[in-house]
Amino acid sequence: MTQGARPRRRSERAFLFLAVAAVVIPLACLVLLLADVLQVGLGRIDLSFFTSFPSRKAELAGILPGLVGSVYLVLLTAAVALPLGIGAAIYLEEYGSGARLAPLIEVNVANLAGVPSIIYGLLGLGVFVRALELGRSLISGALTMALLVLPMVVVVSREALRTVPHSLREASLALGATRWQTIRRVVLPSAYPAILTGVILAISRAFGETAPLVVIGALTYVTFVPDGVDAPFTVLPIQIFNWVSRPQESFLVNAAAGIVVLLVTMLLLNATAVYLRERLQKAR
Amino acid sequence: MNDSQKEPASKFQLRNVKAWYGDNEVLHGVDADIPEHSVTAIIGPSGCGKSTLLRSLNRMHELVDGARVDGQVSMDGVDIYGPKVDPVLLRRQVGMVFQKPNPFPSMSVRENVLAGARLTGTYDPSRADAIVQRALTQAALWDEVKDRLEAPGVSLSGGQQQRLCIARSLAVEPTVLLMDEPCSALDPIATTRVENLVHTLKQDYTIVIVTHNMQQAARVSDRTAFMLSGDLIEFSDTIQLFKSPSDPRTEDYITGKFG
Repeated sequence: MTQGARPRRRSERAFLFLAVAAVVIPLACLVLLLADVLQVGLGRIDLSFFTSFPSRKAELAGILPGLVGSVYLVLLTAAVALPLGIGAAIYLEEYGSGARLAPLIEVNVANLAGVPSIIYGLLGLGVFVRALELGRSLISGALTMALLVLPMVVVVSREALRTVPHSLREASLALGATRWQTIRRVVLPSAYPAILTGVILAISRAFGETAPLVVIGALTYVTFVPDGVDAPFTVLPIQIFNWVSRPQESFLVNAAAGIVVLLVTMLLLNATAVYLRERLQKAR
Repeated sequence: MNDSQKEPASKFQLRNVKAWYGDNEVLHGVDADIPEHSVTAIIGPSGCGKSTLLRSLNRMHELVDGARVDGQVSMDGVDIYGPKVDPVLLRRQVGMVFQKPNPFPSMSVRENVLAGARLTGTYDPSRADAIVQRALTQAALWDEVKDRLEAPGVSLSGGQQQRLCIARSLAVEPTVLLMDEPCSALDPIATTRVENLVHTLKQDYTIVIVTHNMQQAARVSDRTAFMLSGDLIEFSDTIQLFKSPSDPRTEDYITGKFG
């Protein structure tokens, strides 16, 4: 008995080691990255850093347009991507194989999820900026970003809908509720914590993404806050990119400070997702 | 249509009812008259089509992808598969209780009882208290839960949850109650409670109950249908079916030779 147990215990230990390493290495990378930018950039962060426009003088420059642009962009992206994505998920899961378009959509979503983000940028440039003549505006950026996060929203929403037990749908239908009443009042409330988690993760993706916005022509030096969906704009990651590419040392400090703001915001968003999921699941 | 028998009026009349899952025919043409204000039990081995037959009565069968029903099912003389019948409205007439108690997990006891009205948008706050008390009393649950109506429905015991589901069905004021093995997840005491309840409810409702438990069929029902691989083999008074079955297959089944 002990003879058979020994090699098994060894492989068990090896697997445990691998598993721990898989957790520690990414965490260590994150901590190192944070420590590095904090060391350089933390001293630069004060109130005026948030409320100032970019400037040729590094010590006067701030992230206001980038931050406001990012927030607007994310809100607009969510406004477009959430109804579409959750709607598509409901169609695929709840009306499923009865729906003739389902296989087509399914293949599309799976493919879209694997497309590099720069391609979305080119698509956005071709369709929204040029063909639809929306220009290099906030709305073009948001629509492009919405396309980018859409597959993710669809996939997580479908997963969430799948966790709702079939018996609840039957109970509702047997009470004389229509399919839509069942979805709205039984299925969605049950699936909502999981959908919310996925949505926050998708949004944090949109918050950090840069490449497609560079392609559709977000500005790199903006001295105003966008005043409408058709206004030119910049976002935080592009502002950081702009500072990093300058030769002066003092702008690198600004970049580091910007990175701190970006990273902390994303960590907060992701932490909120985890917290909400835990809390809402316990509440049920 | 006007076969004047001494039997009570038929609630359901089934004529050559066939049902499919995809290409798989699971009911091969069932004829039956289900009498009003009585308990009809459907027994038979697993996979004989008893649940399918039950689900053809409130058009729940067709909700499964690829499932369909053919033949005629009339309720109170109206073909429920007719073009003018809305299955959603039919299901408010024909309540259903399932195998596993399935109260809505996010709702309290009270909200569960009112779920039918809430879901269908017919909720009337001024009548809510009366509906809750009436339905829970009918389901023989009022005395046990009247002090914790705001507790989550899923916090009740299994048997109480099942009676809550019965109350939830009754609150929509149906005329028929379909029960799909309602006691298979319950302990003997809870089972007895539900069986007693079925006895009382038949005064006001037509009850069709599917069960794999022959003793239960014998205890609660007035008439019993025995099904075997998609065919209705025998359908007669419960006492007669269990004492002197007319078909040898029924006899084999109720004496435990198979199943």
